[in-house]
Amino acid sequence: MEDLLIKDTPSINGVDTKEPIKKMCFILSKAGIESVYACFIMANGARMEGIEAEIFFTFFGLDAVHKKRLEHLHIATVGNPGMHIPTFLGGLPGMESYASRMMKKQMDAMDLPTIHEFLDILTASGVTLHGCKLAAEMFKINKDDLYEGVEDIITIGDFYQRAAGEGTHIVFV
Amino acid sequence: MEKLINGATIKVNDEGYLTDFTQWNKTIAEEIAKQEGVGTLDTKHWAVISFLQEQHKNNTPITIRKVGSSGVTDIKEFYALFPNGPLKKASKIAGIPKPVSCI
Repeated sequence: MEDLLIKDTPSINGVDTKEPIKKMCFILSKAGIESVYACFIMANGARMEGIEAEIFFTFFGLDAVHKKRLEHLHIATVGNPGMHIPTFLGGLPGMESYASRMMKKQMDAMDLPTIHEFLDILTASGVTLHGCKLAAEMFKINKDDLYEGVEDIITIGDFYQRAAGEGTHIVFV
Repeated sequence: MEKLINGATIKVNDEGYLTDFTQWNKTIAEEIAKQEGVGTLDTKHWAVISFLQEQHKNNTPITIRKVGSSGVTDIKEFYALFPNGPLKKASKIAGIPKPVSCI
C-alpha cells in the first residue's frame, strides 16, 4: 500500500525534486545593528550561493543607506530582551553607545565589514538596492541623501513587480 | 567517494570537493572548471586559485571580504570570473575544501 505522505511531496518519477531558490527579496524596516547585519548577511549569503538578491529599504531601514547615518547605527539596550541586562542599566546615559561600540568591535574581529564596506560588497556582488518612496517622503529623504549604490526610490508595488517569478522569496526584516 | 576526472580516480566528498589535495593538478582544475560552467581558465582565474590555495595552506579562514581585499581581484571581477557562487566554485576548482563562512 502506498504511503500517502510520499504522494504529497512534489516528485518526478518518484524522485523528490528540490527546486533551488532563484531570488531572495529583502524588506528592511529597522535600523538596529542586528537587523541591518542580518539582512546584509542574508543578501550576501544568497549571492554566494548564486541566488539573486534585492533589498528594499523602508522606514527606519533607510538609515542603513543614509549617507549621514549608516556608520552610526546602534543596538537597543532598553526593551531588548536579547541584551540580557536589566532595564535600569540599559537606560543609563552612554549605555547604548557603549554597547554599540562593543558590538561593532566584536564584529570587526570576526571579519564582518562596516556598513559602508558591506554595501560596497553587496553592490559589487550584484545585489540591487532600492529605497521606499513612502518612507523617503515621510522622512524627507531624497536619492542624494542615500548611498550611491542605491538604484532608485520606488513604491512597494514596483518592488512586488521585481519579485515576480517562481523561486522568489520575500523576507521582512 | 571517488570520481573519474580525465582518466584519473580522484577522492572527493559528496559535494565534489577534493578530500586529498595532493591529488590536485592543473588538468583536474580545468576539468572541474568546465563541469562547474566556468569554462576555460585564464591568468586571472589562476591568480585567484593560487591565492585561495595559499590561504588554505596557512589555515586562514576564507571570506568574500578577504578575496575583495586580496589585491589579486576585486569582488565584481570575482563574480565575473566564477559566476553563480564564486567562492564555492573557485574553491572546488582549487582543490581546497568549501569555505565554511557566512560572509
